[in-house]
Amino acid sequence: MNPVNYLYLAALLFTIGATGVLIRRNAIVVFMCIELMLNACNLAFVAFSRMHGNLDGQIIAFFTMVVAAAEVVVGLAIIVSLFRSRHSASVDDASLMKL
Amino acid sequence: MSAQLAAYSTSTGEAFQFWVLGTVAVVGALCTVFMKKAVHSALCLAGTMIVLAVFYLANGAYFLGIVQIVVYTGAIMMLFLFVVMLVGVTAADSLKETIKGQRWLALVCGLGFGILLIAGIGNASIKDFNGLAKANANGNVEGLAALIFTKYVFAFEITGALLITAAVGAMVLTHRERTERAKTQRELSEQRVREGKHVPPLPAPGVYARHNAVDIAGLLPDGTPSELTVSKTLRERGQIRDVSTEALSDLKALEQRAEERLERTNSGEGSK
Amino acid sequence: MENLIALLIAAPLLGAVVLLCGGRRLDAVGHWIGTALAATSFVIGIVLFADMLGKNAEHRAISQYLFSWIPVGSFQADVSFQLDQLSMTFVLLITGVGSLIHLYSVGYMEHDERRRRFFGYLNLFLAAMLLLVLADNYLLLYVGWEGVGLASYLLIGFWQHKPSAATAAKKAFLVNRVGDMGLSIAIMVMFTTFGTFAFGPVFDSVGKTGEGKLTAIGLLLLLAACGKSAQVPLQSWLGDAMEGPTPVSALIHAATMVTAGVYLIVRSGAIFNAAPDAQLVVTVVGAVTLLFGAIVGCAKDDIKKALAGSTMSQIGYMVLAAGLGPIGYVFAIMHLVTHGFFKAGLFLGAGSVMHGMNDEVDMRKYGGLRTYMPVTFVTFGLGYLAIIGFPGLSGFFSKDKIIEAAFAKGGTEGWILGGAALLGAAITAFYMTRVMIMTFFGEKRWQPDTEGHEPHPHESPRSMTIPMIVLAFGSVFAGGLFSIGDSFVHWLEPVTGHSEGNSPVSALTVTLATMVLLVVGAGIAYAQYGRRPVPVVAPRGSLLTRAARRDLLQDDFNHVVLVRGGEHLTRSLVYVDHTLVDGVVNGTAASMGGLSGRLRKLQNGYARSYAVSMFGGAAILIAATLLMRAV
Repeated sequence: MNPVNYLYLAALLFTIGATGVLIRRNAIVVFMCIELMLNACNLAFVAFSRMHGNLDGQIIAFFTMVVAAAEVVVGLAIIVSLFRSRHSASVDDASLMKL
Repeated sequence: MSAQLAAYSTSTGEAFQFWVLGTVAVVGALCTVFMKKAVHSALCLAGTMIVLAVFYLANGAYFLGIVQIVVYTGAIMMLFLFVVMLVGVTAADSLKETIKGQRWLALVCGLGFGILLIAGIGNASIKDFNGLAKANANGNVEGLAALIFTKYVFAFEITGALLITAAVGAMVLTHRERTERAKTQRELSEQRVREGKHVPPLPAPGVYARHNAVDIAGLLPDGTPSELTVSKTLRERGQIRDVSTEALSDLKALEQRAEERLERTNSGEGSK
Repeated sequence: MENLIALLIAAPLLGAVVLLCGGRRLDAVGHWIGTALAATSFVIGIVLFADMLGKNAEHRAISQYLFSWIPVGSFQADVSFQLDQLSMTFVLLITGVGSLIHLYSVGYMEHDERRRRFFGYLNLFLAAMLLLVLADNYLLLYVGWEGVGLASYLLIGFWQHKPSAATAAKKAFLVNRVGDMGLSIAIMVMFTTFGTFAFGPVFDSVGKTGEGKLTAIGLLLLLAACGKSAQVPLQSWLGDAMEGPTPVSALIHAATMVTAGVYLIVRSGAIFNAAPDAQLVVTVVGAVTLLFGAIVGCAKDDIKKALAGSTMSQIGYMVLAAGLGPIGYVFAIMHLVTHGFFKAGLFLGAGSVMHGMNDEVDMRKYGGLRTYMPVTFVTFGLGYLAIIGFPGLSGFFSKDKIIEAAFAKGGTEGWILGGAALLGAAITAFYMTRVMIMTFFGEKRWQPDTEGHEPHPHESPRSMTIPMIVLAFGSVFAGGLFSIGDSFVHWLEPVTGHSEGNSPVSALTVTLATMVLLVVGAGIAYAQYGRRPVPVVAPRGSLLTRAARRDLLQDDFNHVVLVRGGEHLTRSLVYVDHTLVDGVVNGTAASMGGLSGRLRKLQNGYARSYAVSMFGGAAILIAATLLMRAV
């Protein structure tokens, strides 16, 4: 098996995650899909790391994880406060950008 | 496994592992997207993440594999579940699309994007894999540490600052300053008396032989459920179960069953 | 002595500032302050004049540098004055006649509650006019030029409560702007051509400049002169300017300001001498105007407007003379001075008549006034004799010289110009005799005014008659004084130069012809107005009369050509603007609006919709990258 397959898998997972972001309305699920996309990227980085024979890809993946953790913390806090004020976790309900 | 082999191909064991676990990961991802309940989505995502952790390990990223399990699956996904519980675990989403054409556009874009991405990877024609044998010679964790604390030290420090900011931000977002003193039990009861309603304690939730839960409203004398009997949090989530008609339908079902049985005995007698 | 020059201007300027800023507390004495300061300026003028007479002709010109006004690189404008014989003549005329008219106004404006302001404006005018004639460069002259324009505007519209006065002031101002534009452009051309606009350097470098440029400058200066001096084609404002108080008409619109154009042409003689084409145009303008004004003057029943036509005509004479070059410069100025005396006297006389007749201006409602106001009659009569050129009086000397000079121009032009001037003299005799007869002779024709007040003609107060008497003396003797031994010619010659020319006809012939025409003109007038009673309501009259009553259709001409033309131009521009420009603009806006209305639908507020477009964009980017790699 060629390790390139890991990259194909990453691409597939990323696309599934992105599509999920587009079609789900529940903010928490949307958020999970974003996490899925980030994980797909991490997989690609790890595969790249193996491909190039150095650890830089793993470092980037590590940083991605840290940033993802920070993002989850803030994002979930936003969802909680949104839910508190609007009693809903639907991203469409927050369509206040439209007049 | 020789280093030469690692450059071009992997062991059969890894190939087998990839095809089995890869399928699991894709199914998990699809379930994450298409499950109606957020809890199920979260569990499926956790499964996918564990599969990814295994892949990390297979790719020589031992540290990341462990971190993936401990931090991602263990901490972050649990945070997700925690929030799901907070927001309402039973609130199933309707998957019906509300924005016209959104689903089609999303599918077209997703398909196009995926095909293009995969075509791009195929187009890149990556042949040689160097393998991490040399890089991991002193141990994966040591190698990572050497990079993080030398080459990437500034990024690392800035990431630390980002984490602190995120923690403070989350607290600021969710924290609500109490502007007035919480009322004591005594004050609450005095207020109730002054306002003249609900002078006695609030009614208890419905207690039935077959249901005994806080999410079932107690029935008023005329048979309608009283929302007062259910906790405020559940009321706000809309998670009150209405069982007021269940008793009647149960009775109807009972009568029907009894009739069926009686008829059968009647017919049995008749045949005798 | 040089330092006194600035004082000439400073005195009336101080008066203007004090009177205009002093407020009501000066109401009681304001007119005397104004008169005293004008007289101060006159006394300074006399002192300077005496000083000048004591010097040789070559050393008479003096100058005073006050301060550097706009020093910007090569653009050096100074406030400095030059007092030579030409300026001196004007200074004496302006301050002398000005002081007399100040004195006259004390009586004339006695019942006007804004008299202080009136005197402030008069002083402002004096200051500006003196600045105009004393400036030693064109830019400073321009300041004075605009200053007198402003004073003229303020004084014509002094009775601003009358819509006609306000309109007349506006008209004078606007028409003058056209001429001022000529002067300002002339100054600009001068600066680009000569690098300076001071009189001396400009005139010195005339010889080194092409004739075309000089002709252009000359024509622009002529345009300026036409505006200020009411020459054809910018003459239409002068008749309406008679809406102003009579002393204003006498001072500004007869004796001084309207002659500024003549001063400009004579002062710029060096330029005109080198540009014969411009000179020819000047003479043509002068000849046309002198006939034009005379014809208008024949038809007007309003005494002041008849005199205004006469002013126009007389200035036409001066411009004609000024256009003749060195043959005529001296006589232009000489006629200017004598005209200043007798026309101011005539206007003051007219003012005196109006003063006695409840401000009635229609001569058809006068008649037989000689017994009621004898002083006015005598002074007016002397002015009349002077203007028609009765032998021995001022007009005789100065006008005769101009006619002679016109013939001396030589060639066909000389005959045409001389003929026009002779004809003008005959018409002058006609219309002035008409004014004289209709006002002072014949039977009484006055009627009660609309409020039923029967006019009681009476002689004017002393403060009004004294200036009239003084001016009458001037009208009688000035011409003779100037002509004895050609004293005026010798006086001005160092500045303007002089040449006799070679007249095809002798001076005696011209004089005799003038006399004959004078008698003919006066005789016709007598036959028409003296022998027969004058109808109170004007008869319909011939086509020419009717046209002349309407100022020979000058306003109609302006209306049709300029106003209508402007309106049509504006309308067509508005049409183009509405259809083409607005069409393009509105069309663009509408199409943008429509497009936006459709694009707006994309902006539905749903974050997921936006995410789709982002995602699609990312897909397109990948496609583009792949395509680029493939290519």
